[in-house]
Amino acid sequence: METFDAAIVILGSGIRLAVPLILACLAGLWSERSGIVDVGLEGKMLTGAFAGAAAATLTGSAWMGLCAGVLSTVIISLIHGYASIDQRANQIVSGVAINMVADGMTAVIGNAWWGQGGRTPQLDDSAMFNPIDLPFAQSFSGVPILGSIYQHLISGHDILTYAAFALAPITYWVLYKTRFGLRLRAVGENPAAVDTAGISVRALRYGAVVICGVLVGLSGVYLSVAQAAYFQPHMSAGKGFIALAALVFAKWRPLPALATCLLFGFLDALSIRLQGFVIPGLGEVPVQAIEALPYVLTVILLAGFIGKAIPPKASGIPYVKER
Amino acid sequence: MTDEARDQAPAIELIGIDKRFGSVHANNNVNLRVERGIIHGIVGENGAGKSTLMSILYGFYEADAGEIRVNGAPVRISSSREAISHGIGMVHQHFMLVQTLTVLENVMLGAEGGALLARGADALRAKLAELEREYGLEVDPDAIVGELSVGLQQRVEILKALVRGAEILVLDEPTAVLTPAEADQLFEMLRLLKTQNKTVIFITHKLREIMRLTDRVSVMRRGEMVATFETAKTSPPELADAMVGRKVILRIEKGAAHPGEIALEARNLVVRDDRGVTRVDDVSFTLRRGEIVGIAGVAGNGQSELLEALAGIRVLTSGEILLNGEKPAVELRNPKGMRALSVSHVPEDRHRMGLVMPFQACESAMLGFQDDKVYGGGLLFNRAAIVADQARKMEAFDIRPRAPLLKTANFSGGNQQKIVLAREIERNPHVILVGQPTRGVDIGAIEFIHKRLVALRDAGKAVLLVSVELDEIMALSDRILVVCAGRITGERRPEDTNQQDLGLLMAGVSEHAA
Repeated sequence: METFDAAIVILGSGIRLAVPLILACLAGLWSERSGIVDVGLEGKMLTGAFAGAAAATLTGSAWMGLCAGVLSTVIISLIHGYASIDQRANQIVSGVAINMVADGMTAVIGNAWWGQGGRTPQLDDSAMFNPIDLPFAQSFSGVPILGSIYQHLISGHDILTYAAFALAPITYWVLYKTRFGLRLRAVGENPAAVDTAGISVRALRYGAVVICGVLVGLSGVYLSVAQAAYFQPHMSAGKGFIALAALVFAKWRPLPALATCLLFGFLDALSIRLQGFVIPGLGEVPVQAIEALPYVLTVILLAGFIGKAIPPKASGIPYVKER
Repeated sequence: MTDEARDQAPAIELIGIDKRFGSVHANNNVNLRVERGIIHGIVGENGAGKSTLMSILYGFYEADAGEIRVNGAPVRISSSREAISHGIGMVHQHFMLVQTLTVLENVMLGAEGGALLARGADALRAKLAELEREYGLEVDPDAIVGELSVGLQQRVEILKALVRGAEILVLDEPTAVLTPAEADQLFEMLRLLKTQNKTVIFITHKLREIMRLTDRVSVMRRGEMVATFETAKTSPPELADAMVGRKVILRIEKGAAHPGEIALEARNLVVRDDRGVTRVDDVSFTLRRGEIVGIAGVAGNGQSELLEALAGIRVLTSGEILLNGEKPAVELRNPKGMRALSVSHVPEDRHRMGLVMPFQACESAMLGFQDDKVYGGGLLFNRAAIVADQARKMEAFDIRPRAPLLKTANFSGGNQQKIVLAREIERNPHVILVGQPTRGVDIGAIEFIHKRLVALRDAGKAVLLVSVELDEIMALSDRILVVCAGRITGERRPEDTNQQDLGLLMAGVSEHAA
């Protein structure tokens, strides 16, 4: 029973660690499916986390924090979109620039406003997204195994977590069952086909970029207003890049993206749990090895050992009518 | 406009269409009238401006000047959406399909019939089934487009146009990617469309197809519409003449050739392009020292692929190339190896293959020879030697301005060509493969280049000249090989032939005697 409880704890923690990955990964999916490569997820996540925490601190409302966080990332996404779509800039360069600017600016502004080395003040519970107890969570707690799973794994998360899990199937549905989704999938593969069908490539890509901004904003807000109760410089800690790796691993498909992010989240939880854990005869488990696993898995995938990850054909290429 | 007047008006009228891309005058005051319910061919060499004209009609580009009338009414077409709304459908040369989507999804794109796909999909399935019955356009709606054969992909393009209610169907070089059997099916289908009073505009550079399929044919040459014929009242030679054009015949002072040993021999060469279409089909010939052999043909009949294969750029599907009677070692059958074997190559398209436009002239002038000792030979380049070498060549070839450090792009076409020529000739090769040496080159430079080629011949070099300019071929060659559809259709001596004779061979009529 003890191992079971431990497993439940690790799984629960894995879910919480997976949430920002899922949101950022879906954000990247929308952008890249439209043909706009987004390596700026990390920077956007950080911006969203800062704007969210700052607004929540100032207004005392988690929802205002959410609005501010999402607004900030949508604006940055539009800048990236303008550079990529209208100015035909190199999308990698634009994304890297976003990462660098976001990393520095959030810390500088945070320090200027609150003078705590970039950290924002601790949020009150009322200014945060708190865990929601699903109905009957308490009354089922007596049921063996299932009760525990329901109480600790399924119930007791905040609204953003449930949103993240809902957004994966929603993304799937929009992408594969709606007109907008069809056009979006097409524009990431062959924008000329979209253009000659009489559809605006530009409008589609801007639409995708805005959706990307909203989703990655949610992931940032989750970091500072749900997971932690403050913003702290560099707090995204590479999650934007892990989300990108997950996107590749999932081959740019929404439901596999959800599964991959969950896997990476569990690996993260496991590495935390195994810190200082000594395996008899082997010594201490090297935590770094587990932390590196998402990247190692992605590299193995890219090397072609687990099927083939083919990105949308037009991603990263600005659309220019050719002669 | 009354309905009757509408019915009598031509389906399409283009009046005074003008379009420039930078310095290229792609369409120069083009007029075209296409009657309703016929198959109207537009024929012309590659780069004659056919595709540009049709892209303007389809709203992909906007004309700088001119008017478009559809069914007699002036219209402004500034986007594909507008073209579609006027009943114009286009099958592009490079398919506008999304390879990862299904046939149904591709056909739906832009005509989904609602925000959700499900309802539109059902209606479209019914519509596709109907078109399948009507025109025999059979294709599985749930197949992934990227997994279909090229012929079927083209069918999907046609379906896209028909589903959108196209009354006027434009096909840009539709047979370029098809097997003969697939082309036959296509023609069958186009005739069926004609019986339904649909109008077909068929663009090609193949005269055979024009004769087989069309009711009327318009000829384009260098951006201009030069003539329109009733197909029944014209002939391939007449069309070939109109396509190639009669120009002032160039005269070049040259003595008799003194052919020596065989320098290069091609045996049963077969070359396929990247799509797997056979472009060079069982070609054999010899090239001797001290002679210029010209390869004539309408552009796109396999000359480019042949030249690339000889230069080691393109892999032979079968057949063999012998140099001085010997087969080059496998490791030498590439551009670098061929260069080492003293075969030089002036590519047909200097912009795409011959030069790097943003490079300085002296840098462009060492491409392919960068390992040469003259330039340093080791890890580092000897910059001074590179510049000095180019300065010397600029003097020898009269390249203006004499500025080795100037960006390649800033030289005129003729001087760019001389940069390539100087690079390839100055190392004293035995075999010189030359493609379109005077394309986009001014008269003065043409003369210079022609004299050089003759001088090389007189110096005992073997020169293979590929050109679409018949005058150039006639003036320079000691022997002329004519190609059509990847095959050699005849061999002539320039003194025994004339433009009509070559025109017939170029049109693939190989049986006739000179």
